[in-house]
Amino acid sequence: MADTTETPGIAVQSGMSNDLLERLRRSSEYVVIPLLALVFSGVLFSVFLFALGKSPAEFFSHVWRGGFGTSFSWQNTLVRAAPLIFTALCVAIPARLGLVIIGGEGALVLGGFASAAIAIPMIGWMPGLPMLAIMAFAGMVAGAIWIGCVGALRHYRGVNETIASLLMFYIAVSILNFFVEGALRDPSDPNKPSTKPIGSENMIGVIPGTDVHWGLLVGVLLCGVLYLVMNRTTFGFAAQIAGGNLRAAQAQGLPVGRLMVVSCAIAGACAGLAGFFEVAAIHGKANASLIAGYGFTGILVSFLARHNPLVIVPVAIFLGGIAASGGLVQRRMDLPDATVLVLQGLLFLVILVSETFYGRLSIFKSKGAAQ
Amino acid sequence: MSKFELSRRNMLKSSAAGLAALSAGGLSRLAHASDLTVGIVYVGPRDDFGWNQAHAVAAAALKDVPGVTVVEEENVPETVAVEKSMESMINLDGAKLIFATSFGYYKPFVLDLAGKYTDVEFRHAAPLWTEADPKNAGSYFGYLDQAHYVNGVAAGLSTTSNKLGFVAAKPIGTVLRNINSFLLGARKVNPEATVQVIFTGEWSMPVREAEAANALVDAGCDVLTCHVDGPKVVIETAESRGIKCCGHNASQAPLAPKGFITGAEYKWETIYKMFAANLAEGQPLPNFTGGGFDVDFVRSTPYGAGASEAAIASADAARADVKAGKPIFVGPINKQDGSPLLAAGASFDNYEPSLDQTDYLIEGVVGSIT
Amino acid sequence: MSDDAGLMTVLLAMFAGAIRVSTPFLFVSLGEMLTEKSGRINLGLEGTLVFGAMSGYAISYHTGSPWFGVLVAGICGSCFGALHGYLCKLPKVNDIAIGIVLMLFGTGLAFFFGKAYIQPSAPRLPAISFGAWSDHPGIRQALEINPLFLLGIVLAIFLWWALRNTRYGLIIRTTGDSAPAALALGINVDRVRLLSTMAGGFFAGIGGSFLSLYYPGSWTEGLSSGQGLMAVALVIFARWNPLYCFWAALLFGAAGALGPALQSIGISRGYHFFNAAPYILTLLIMIASTSPRRSLKGAPGELSITK
Repeated sequence: MADTTETPGIAVQSGMSNDLLERLRRSSEYVVIPLLALVFSGVLFSVFLFALGKSPAEFFSHVWRGGFGTSFSWQNTLVRAAPLIFTALCVAIPARLGLVIIGGEGALVLGGFASAAIAIPMIGWMPGLPMLAIMAFAGMVAGAIWIGCVGALRHYRGVNETIASLLMFYIAVSILNFFVEGALRDPSDPNKPSTKPIGSENMIGVIPGTDVHWGLLVGVLLCGVLYLVMNRTTFGFAAQIAGGNLRAAQAQGLPVGRLMVVSCAIAGACAGLAGFFEVAAIHGKANASLIAGYGFTGILVSFLARHNPLVIVPVAIFLGGIAASGGLVQRRMDLPDATVLVLQGLLFLVILVSETFYGRLSIFKSKGAAQ
Repeated sequence: MSKFELSRRNMLKSSAAGLAALSAGGLSRLAHASDLTVGIVYVGPRDDFGWNQAHAVAAAALKDVPGVTVVEEENVPETVAVEKSMESMINLDGAKLIFATSFGYYKPFVLDLAGKYTDVEFRHAAPLWTEADPKNAGSYFGYLDQAHYVNGVAAGLSTTSNKLGFVAAKPIGTVLRNINSFLLGARKVNPEATVQVIFTGEWSMPVREAEAANALVDAGCDVLTCHVDGPKVVIETAESRGIKCCGHNASQAPLAPKGFITGAEYKWETIYKMFAANLAEGQPLPNFTGGGFDVDFVRSTPYGAGASEAAIASADAARADVKAGKPIFVGPINKQDGSPLLAAGASFDNYEPSLDQTDYLIEGVVGSIT
Repeated sequence: MSDDAGLMTVLLAMFAGAIRVSTPFLFVSLGEMLTEKSGRINLGLEGTLVFGAMSGYAISYHTGSPWFGVLVAGICGSCFGALHGYLCKLPKVNDIAIGIVLMLFGTGLAFFFGKAYIQPSAPRLPAISFGAWSDHPGIRQALEINPLFLLGIVLAIFLWWALRNTRYGLIIRTTGDSAPAALALGINVDRVRLLSTMAGGFFAGIGGSFLSLYYPGSWTEGLSSGQGLMAVALVIFARWNPLYCFWAALLFGAAGALGPALQSIGISRGYHFFNAAPYILTLLIMIASTSPRRSLKGAPGELSITK
């Protein structure tokens, strides 16, 4: 059992020499291979740009400046990364059980809607902090129920979770639009159907000294907490065993159904929180702008991070940075907005393929290691 | 009304020639104009055959002003992304003037940034700015319902089933106002006419727009028009079903060589040229710029093969009337639920502020908002 | 309008909608079915579909031949399929993840190269009229059928027959059910999967070209509203049976026509839910038709997503 405390990727190390240099050498694999992948995809993309008659050097300097080069760029990047952290968790937690959830966007949308809807009767008299707490709770509950249902359908009815979550995303959108354009529409704003604004005085502020709202910090903390839950608790162990072999876990008497529903509910709560922060820190109300694709980008983040909550944070920031730099590239180089999509596609393709080299390059192997 | 009266009447006497003269006058002085970077944000692709393209083509006028650099960003969603895109233009490109061309950009994003960057001017393409908003923000808008009214007049004389079809994206104020004006135009010449509306729920969803157009034809409509971001699909469907159609946003005449009647088009170039002239002169931009036929902010697409002699004559007359200030909304008009909007004899001015807040459909329109 | 006439309008619209809208779903789901039968899942067919739509339109515009456009869309699709098939044979490379990235990559490339083709008008695919016998304009319109739809039906029947009755069908099914068993039979598992994924990509590309070249019939960036992703999901719904893929695609098309049709006869309260009818209906049918006790019948044993 002790061995399973490690993440699968690091598990290879156990039982090997404790020599610090050796360990460094082997773990450097996890830094060097992604870096090489970055460089290689950069070269590939440069060829693409050359073929178009554009300067790769100029392009990458814009990406750097737009995403990471100035303090404004960093804040731009972090703001964009915040929702991705939550939605990636929505994929990563059920993935431990072998469930592929691609409808986290639905939980985000409904989470945001629920938190805005529950705030409506409180606007005007309830002080900000308790109101925000209730809103966050409502958002998490809505998300948890939504994705929890997916887990329950999977376990109790055998409905495939991937397709169910995708279908439920479309249903969530119709629920949001039905209420936002109907019963809960704020009559004072006829031109963008929205719920009543919670009021700027009640909105979540920014982390002091930055322009980034508190959602980012909450997301990072949540990643840490969920890492511990999935790797240091019996719940996490059980989930991991069930993810390895569902039928064997069932035969061993693990409560697979409960594991599924709870994991999915946790996942949904994470996406619901993303929706809450969109409402409470960005829009101040629920409207169709909640459907911004964060849930779908989160799938990518989680797979790139190999469903490890701790790795989700840097991956989300990296992705946010590329998204943030897209505007500068458009403006300065007269390249279409899709350029950044092509770059992302190429980059992540190479990074995913580079995983094949882990454990296969001799320079990272310790002498005499039994591979 | 009065709030943009100033800008409308004083800025231009509604003639393109006047504008050109203004620009030329500005050109000679531009050596003194300090360099200005202008940022423009679009919600969709710049070449979408609709809303965004209409802006992009017209905004090119700004690029001709010496000393002005234009930076543009397309496909920017109405999320924190647009706030950051505009900030990035300000911080990294030094933009001092931002045009935000999508409805949902205004609240909260444009308003927030206008408060934060008081030395930057923001202009937003919708009639949303009020006196209470920051003075470095503003609105510019063409009242397209006037052109939809003219569409309606032509359509009302082109239908034999007396059923007109309207494919609409979302039930927001501007869309509802266009639908209402379209019906009023049709009713003016054909009291039997009704307008059947289908909401697709999305600004751009080609398959559902095509399905909606087909459903309207199947239900007996024999003239179609629409208010979606890219009307291409609706117009082409109408043409392939052998019925007539009226356009929206930009000219769709080539898409329907047989059935095209006329179309409601924005004429953003009037506004952007006016702004360009202001910039060249070193003058501040007005906070609120809006208008219709009277100031050449909207226009009708030249008539297509689907327009009959009678329709052309009546539509021309209707346009002249609107241009001269004759009201579109003339009582008695009831809302869909039967409650009165205007009593007999009463009327709304074509720039009646409450029409900006339209949240109802009027009697004669079939289909509900929710 | 009387109730009967209204009902007729809705039914006719659903019938016509099923024929008009189902073709991309049919092609993509048949392609995905073939890929999954060989034991891999390619979630990236949405990207393939969008790229197929763009490339088919572009080629039709440049050559004047929409059918050549369809062919090129298919070939581009099989290139994406080949990329997926080749990369996923590498150890430790996850087919779901590669699929998600290919969705992004395909869409990105299509948008990048497609900017120039939003404006031009390309020659479109013709329709065959089957409705000359009827006086009803709605029925005549509904029976304006595109040859690709008919081709899709033929393809579905052919795949259904071939998977059961031919040696190739047996090879694909064996590979998908158990790679070790296939290896023991001397089958080159990687090659079978590569070819199945390429064929799947080919069909998805054709499905995309239907969108841009027939219905709705133009290239725009918003052309696909997730048809490719949804079609992949429909394969599970259809239990990997090509004939069920056909019925699922028809059902989806018909349900999609429900929202606009109801609004056209004046029933519009709650149209958001009518517009979501395809998704709600599919979910309800899945809940009603599955059971936790038996594993999904027809599911390939090697498939990561149903294990």
